[in-house]
Amino acid sequence: MLTERLLAVLLDGLIFGAWLFLVSAGLTFVYGVLRALNVAHGSFYALGAYLAATLVGFLVGRGLSPFLSYPALVLAGLLVGFTVGPAVERLLLRRISGRDEVTGLLLTFGLLLIFEDLIKLIWGVTPWTADAPYGALGQLKLGAVTYAVYPLALVGAAALVGAFLWFLTGRTPFGKLITAVIADREVSAALRVDVGRVSNLAFSPGAFLAALGGALVAPMISVVPGISVEVIILAFAVTVIGGLGHIAGAALGALVVRLVRAGALYFFPELDLFLVYALMTLVLIFRPYGLFGRAEIRRI
Amino acid sequence: MGLLGAPWLLPGWLLFLLSLALAKGLVVLGILVLMWGGLVSFGHGLYFAAGAYTVAFLARFLGVREAALGLLGAALLNGALAGPLGLFLSRYRAIFFGMLSVAFSMILYAFLLKFYFITGGTDGLRVPIPTVLGFEVPARDIRTVNYFVNLAFGILGLFAAYRLSLSPLGYLLRGVKDNEVGVEYLGASARGAVYGVYLFSGVLGGLGGALTALSVGHVAPDLAYWTTSGEFVFVAILGGTGSVLSPFLASALFELVRNYALKLSPYTWQLSLGLVLLGIIFFYPEGLFGLYQALRRWRPKSSSKR
Repeated sequence: MLTERLLAVLLDGLIFGAWLFLVSAGLTFVYGVLRALNVAHGSFYALGAYLAATLVGFLVGRGLSPFLSYPALVLAGLLVGFTVGPAVERLLLRRISGRDEVTGLLLTFGLLLIFEDLIKLIWGVTPWTADAPYGALGQLKLGAVTYAVYPLALVGAAALVGAFLWFLTGRTPFGKLITAVIADREVSAALRVDVGRVSNLAFSPGAFLAALGGALVAPMISVVPGISVEVIILAFAVTVIGGLGHIAGAALGALVVRLVRAGALYFFPELDLFLVYALMTLVLIFRPYGLFGRAEIRRI
Repeated sequence: MGLLGAPWLLPGWLLFLLSLALAKGLVVLGILVLMWGGLVSFGHGLYFAAGAYTVAFLARFLGVREAALGLLGAALLNGALAGPLGLFLSRYRAIFFGMLSVAFSMILYAFLLKFYFITGGTDGLRVPIPTVLGFEVPARDIRTVNYFVNLAFGILGLFAAYRLSLSPLGYLLRGVKDNEVGVEYLGASARGAVYGVYLFSGVLGGLGGALTALSVGHVAPDLAYWTTSGEFVFVAILGGTGSVLSPFLASALFELVRNYALKLSPYTWQLSLGLVLLGIIFFYPEGLFGLYQALRRWRPKSSSKR
């Protein structure tokens, strides 16, 4: 019994950790480059989820194979990330680039409020579901535990995204510029890196990650107003635990948070959220720059 | 004077809104005094909820309905809460201060939400009609009594914050915002200044929460959620940091507009809030108070031309 439980905890932790990583990686990426804690990241997530639900509903309504809906999920992420993302960056964030970090926080909080109502105006308040992609993959028996395949595929997708981010930041010229900007803005500027332009270009991939997270998780949840508000505070906890601006930290933070939550849900349900925020607080108090610490100069 | 006569001049619902605005104005005032030091607390929902639940718990577990005891308890508890938390928070500035205060408030939220056998969970707890200094309040007068209690505390908080702004501590705090190293060179402790003001701010938040609980008659975990804290910060910024009066004016405006907006179009209320916030950030960083000052400067000029 206990081993089965532990396996279930581990799987749950892994799956939701993967989802949380997708959302948090974008948040921490944007913070690293732009030095702005983007509260509206939660809105990108919600927009991705709603658009995915709409697209999937459209495809399934036409009687098309549910397997077509997988590219649709990614498309939803891309659409939101590379239309809304640049618009927000260009029209709003760019204007406050010289001001302190708290201004960015307030601005994006305002944006979150705006998007929250826009979503209600466009999609209404009744829940949307997009479970076709979930059902199409069927189930899998892992020992005594039966598990749906879709969530496991999500873990694979998150691993892919992680690998891609690693490749992007470490192996491409543009990625190296981003890494340089994250490590030290002043020195990068002194070395004739166009810091402003790099930051601007980096915002949209961050937004895309949030929207992709929303789109990929849409088949597993019912998409309702308020998911943006819920996800962003969790993503904050993850980013803080892993260290702001630290992508590997986001992966670790996401896993830690979800394992703690999954464990709590099976053994002491009352402590579930409590433990997450307690962990966040402890990390902030004892290691304010996250578990990965400031000893490292490179944050990616 | 107008405020004293309000119960006889205004309809009941407006009086209730005004009571609420006074109570929440105290919390906003708590956020405002920290802003003098350049610190934005995104976690004042913590004190708001702690104060409100103090009143509810006193009634539920000890059968105490006395408003004075509830308020005293809220002030003491929040002072006791801000004491240790302030020790940690006073070490942080800027975004880390904000995040740690959010983290603290979310811990309380999780506790209030999940330990439902103590806290009533998502349903929250009912707060019975209080007695005031031992006197039973007839149901039809409850709004008026609440209003006067809140008004008294609002004026008290206003006076205290005003004194604080003129005290050495208030000046030190403003120094922390401008030049923290400079403050230390003066031989003063920047951490000490932040700590002292944080205690004051926490107690204000707790009183605001207790007064809200007494006026509304109900408490729920949402009081500690980060969006509630965000709303307080919003109102503080709407009012501007120029005057200790602005939190109350902004709070009253906020409650009024919310009341109408929710009636007229419930789906665009947050939308308009967000737009206003964006507008303030881009065009009027000084908030309503800055706008008022600009108008005052402008008027004599135009009248002298005439």
